[in-house]
Amino acid sequence: MSRRWLLPALVLATMVGAWQVAASSGAIAATLRLEDFLVPAPSEIAASLWENRSLLADNAWVTLQEVLLGFGFALVVGLGAAVVLHLSETLRRATYPLIVASQTVPIIVIAPILVVWFGYGIGPKLAIVALICFFPIVVNTLDGLRSVDPDATKMMRTLDASRWQTFRRVEAPTALPYAFSGAKIAVAVAVIGAVFGEWAGSDSGLGHLMLLDNAQLETARLFASVVVLSAIAIALFGLLALAERRIVTWR
Amino acid sequence: MPAEAREFVAEGASPATEGPPGVAVSIRGLGHSYGELRTIERLDLEAPAHGVVGLVGPSGCGKSTLLELISGLQEPVAGEVEVGGAGDPRGRLTRCAYMPQRDLLLPWLSAIDNAALALRNRGARRRAARREAGRLFERFGLAGFEGAAPAELSGGMRQRVAFLRTLVAGKPVLALDEPFASLDAITRAEMQEWLAAALRADPRTVVLVTHDVEEALYLSDRVAVLSARPARVVEELQAPSPRAPDRDAAVTDPGFVAVRERAMLALRGGAG
Repeated sequence: MSRRWLLPALVLATMVGAWQVAASSGAIAATLRLEDFLVPAPSEIAASLWENRSLLADNAWVTLQEVLLGFGFALVVGLGAAVVLHLSETLRRATYPLIVASQTVPIIVIAPILVVWFGYGIGPKLAIVALICFFPIVVNTLDGLRSVDPDATKMMRTLDASRWQTFRRVEAPTALPYAFSGAKIAVAVAVIGAVFGEWAGSDSGLGHLMLLDNAQLETARLFASVVVLSAIAIALFGLLALAERRIVTWR
Repeated sequence: MPAEAREFVAEGASPATEGPPGVAVSIRGLGHSYGELRTIERLDLEAPAHGVVGLVGPSGCGKSTLLELISGLQEPVAGEVEVGGAGDPRGRLTRCAYMPQRDLLLPWLSAIDNAALALRNRGARRRAARREAGRLFERFGLAGFEGAAPAELSGGMRQRVAFLRTLVAGKPVLALDEPFASLDAITRAEMQEWLAAALRADPRTVVLVTHDVEEALYLSDRVAVLSARPARVVEELQAPSPRAPDRDAAVTDPGFVAVRERAMLALRGGAG
């Protein structure tokens, strides 16, 4: 198991090390013709992470709430929608092309509109996060439900299964790994959605903090926010992957 | 037959059915098509109660469709299909258990839970269903494999569990679609002997589809040779020694070989 992580860890360490040397020697700043303080080395970012730990934690909590609530809402509605579209062919034919087409709308750019409508609170962020999470969850889960072997459905009918029993014993377990794939994609984009929502208008959150740091040329803390955001995304993805391994034991 | 299953048969079988225990299959002038494609035409077939009828025919001739028609999964375009006197799909569904070509064991259930599916579908509690199916595991040489995941079982074992799942449903009629097609020759011969023993111990009316003439002649009382699409019966042959305990002796007997050659001839004629 640990072997699997050894090489990627080495590559990462080498890259961070190279960055440390290049940044602290001023090589990057010189090449890009920037002031030295605009190019923080990993050690400075680490220091900033530590010094600003309570500020970062407070704002990370705001962003994490937006991500979790928006994702949770999309998960419930998305799974429900997938089941409904699976059960009703008419509804699927009527709405599925629209759901797919809606993905060409760059949802994050409607964030400013939502801020105009709903203000600076958590509402617009939840809406953005939920909207971008919805699609991968619905599409993957529906794919999973539709991938059920028709012979298995026939077999269940001759074994006296009701529609609900076929759903619960065959269709839902078949779709479960697909739903997990959708959720893992969704949780990664959820963080992006939350930050865009905050950029459009907010008074707290890591996205908000990044705008302030940007204006004040606090580049080390700017990077620190990026590190925290990445950590949130990786942690949530990891939790889902772990849950998947626990639940989908037959793969 | 498990007690619960017997109850179900008693309930499901029409009281008008008389004669031997079990249920017969009767097909008259059957026709079926998928749109323009005619799959079955003017097909007649009888399976007596507790009799085994084998169906052989060229691939793609509509054998699987015929099983689905018998099981009540499809409706004929012309003619009649009756199972134990019931012609409606609902009635046929309650009397037939269908074993599809692939084992289709659900990978998220253990072997015993797969076998017990029909009992669970009828509302039995998990523990009761397992106990019921467990008895058959012991009787049919699967003891010790109750908790195994399907992925841990060999091809022959999986096929046995799939057959038990069909048996546990407690239906008087079994529709078996190429049950051993996916197995290697040696395992297939073993499984034929196993199925023969199972049917001697627990007789049912069976319609068995296979592309293997020898398998059909060994397992069935009677074998119907089907033509290429649209399928109809071109020849019916009496099997010389149905489900004989010693398979190797049975299939090498000159009488058996002669019937097998006739079936092959009919098969080639029907295919051409």
